Amino acid sequence: MQYMVPEFEVERNTSRCISCGACVRQCSYEVHYFDVDGKTVLADESKCVACHRCATICPTHAIKIKAYDMAYKPHANWTPVVQQEILKQAQTGGVLLSGMSNNKPYPIYWDRILLNASQVTNPSIDPLREPMEIRTYLGRKPKKLEFHKNGKLKTKLEPQIKLETPIMFSAMSFGSISFNAQKSLAMAARKLGTLFNTGEGGMHPGLREYSDCAVVQVASGRFGVYKDYLENCRFIEIKIGQGAKPGIGGHLPGEKVTVEVSNARMIPEGSDAISPAPHHDIYSIEDLRQLIWSLKEATQYKKPVAVKIAAVHNCSAIVSGVARAGADIVVMDGFRGGTGAAPTRIRDNVGIPIELALAAADQRLRDESIRGTVSLVAAGSFRNSADIVKAIALGADAVYVASAPLIAMGCHMCQQCQTGKCNWGIATQRPELVKRLNPEIMHERVVNLITAWNHEIKEMLGGMGLNSIDSLRGNRMMLRGIGLSDRELSILGIAHAGE
Amino acid sequence: MKKVIAREALCLDCKLCEVFCRTAHSKSKDVVRAHLYEDPAPVARITVEGDILDSVAVNCRHCDDPACVNACITGAMHKDPETGIVSCDESRCIGCMTCLAVCPVGCIKPGRTAVKCDLCQETGEPACVKNCPNRALVYVEVGGDAQ
Repeated sequence: MQYMVPEFEVERNTSRCISCGACVRQCSYEVHYFDVDGKTVLADESKCVACHRCATICPTHAIKIKAYDMAYKPHANWTPVVQQEILKQAQTGGVLLSGMSNNKPYPIYWDRILLNASQVTNPSIDPLREPMEIRTYLGRKPKKLEFHKNGKLKTKLEPQIKLETPIMFSAMSFGSISFNAQKSLAMAARKLGTLFNTGEGGMHPGLREYSDCAVVQVASGRFGVYKDYLENCRFIEIKIGQGAKPGIGGHLPGEKVTVEVSNARMIPEGSDAISPAPHHDIYSIEDLRQLIWSLKEATQYKKPVAVKIAAVHNCSAIVSGVARAGADIVVMDGFRGGTGAAPTRIRDNVGIPIELALAAADQRLRDESIRGTVSLVAAGSFRNSADIVKAIALGADAVYVASAPLIAMGCHMCQQCQTGKCNWGIATQRPELVKRLNPEIMHERVVNLITAWNHEIKEMLGGMGLNSIDSLRGNRMMLRGIGLSDRELSILGIAHAGE
Repeated sequence: MKKVIAREALCLDCKLCEVFCRTAHSKSKDVVRAHLYEDPAPVARITVEGDILDSVAVNCRHCDDPACVNACITGAMHKDPETGIVSCDESRCIGCMTCLAVCPVGCIKPGRTAVKCDLCQETGEPACVKNCPNRALVYVEVGGDAQ
């Protein structure tokens, strides 16, 4: 007997259903099927994950996915979700797995922070009429600049990364997402003048032509890391942790390790790709320093090296250590960051919000007078341009986004990435599903999204009377908290609204 | 001339091209009415062949030297010298289906008269191309003998 009740219900408007069978052929979870008459479409609701592929593709909008309306005796503690999870574990004996990001209603500080605007005493700027600079440079900055008498720069600059927008695409490995999804991001990054990130799964040969807008990751599994990989990028990122699952490594199930994935990762086909929880050669900041400088040496000091850590309890001290270890860019990934698969308990309970981690780290680096030596990149769920503007005012040089572009490409947050059955062709390696994501279309949608965000960022900057994103960076005077405690305000380093 | 080109690597086997072809060639032009209530039921001029792994939408190639036109015994099937579009003049077609028998790509559908793709001349862009969710069908200039 199945103890679990279905989560969703498929409502088919039979007066509109034309039995074209698009839903039947499109559902990788095999929810929809034809009755023996070959005309009536039926549904096995227990398999539905609410990815909305059927409802979206249905030419007559005859399908509606609804929550399965099962009444439970109300209990504030033993909610239906809690009971369902217990039933699932009682049945399988396994660790609960989920995709995407933290699903618990923790406070979202972005929604408790307000932005400033100019009135009377300093004029606001209209970005449609006046130049507005959102170009961003990442990399280690010199403490001071010296010039020759002829005005030429004397100080030797470390390699800098020029971005036309402070928005980059976060690491999503080939394996966790499809080649087409990665290619869409790469194409979009090139058009937008920003970077995409290969993730820890090596680089597919088909993406080599996009190496001028690639960030390559070196993670604990060291999948696909070799000389050419390190040289074909704009910067190298050492992944220590991931916001969605701090403290554990990635696990790509063998089913997703196809020939292509196995080639890119340099592992046998069909074998589980398990990234160890730690880097087994990094047990201290000193060890990390060795890896950072090894990578710099390997690339003739031409590539900046970034270190990505998950936002955890004492992350500001860690960021300071990482900066001193020689990282040019420090990436912090908050607990709302996404993943292709993580144990649900870890996803939902480990780590801290990026808002607090970012503010604390920026403040710590400033207190230690080393803020200028590194670029800070924030990651972990930026839902819109306002979140990004707030992050930059809290001290980020740039941000990483991934979930938002995935949504632009069709993701409906069904959180089943770990099953490899993604109906949108994103988190899957099955050829019949991968081809559903046409990079020609999808890169345009991602470009549209980020272009729209760029416009909005410029509008908000103009409203604040700023004409450059550099004037906003770490400018917490532009932020006010609303409904926050004194403690929260002091960690964020901002005043309350009205102050 | 411009033709509909199918890119099989992108075909989803969703068959929406068939649905919207039927709709575009229906009386009501309404997707639900066209499929549920119209009699005679409109016929799709495009067919998706294959399965979920490998599929491709096949429709008339509007050949430079069309076998169907050469074979037509009444002159109903004709190739427009200007646009290059091969279409069937239903007022002259007697439904003998010789065209169907000789078509090398199997793109003529049986009905009271022969039914085939007209590249949605009235609306400009073919309905199959306009409604393909994955741009597996594109309407592009491919040369050919039409002026």
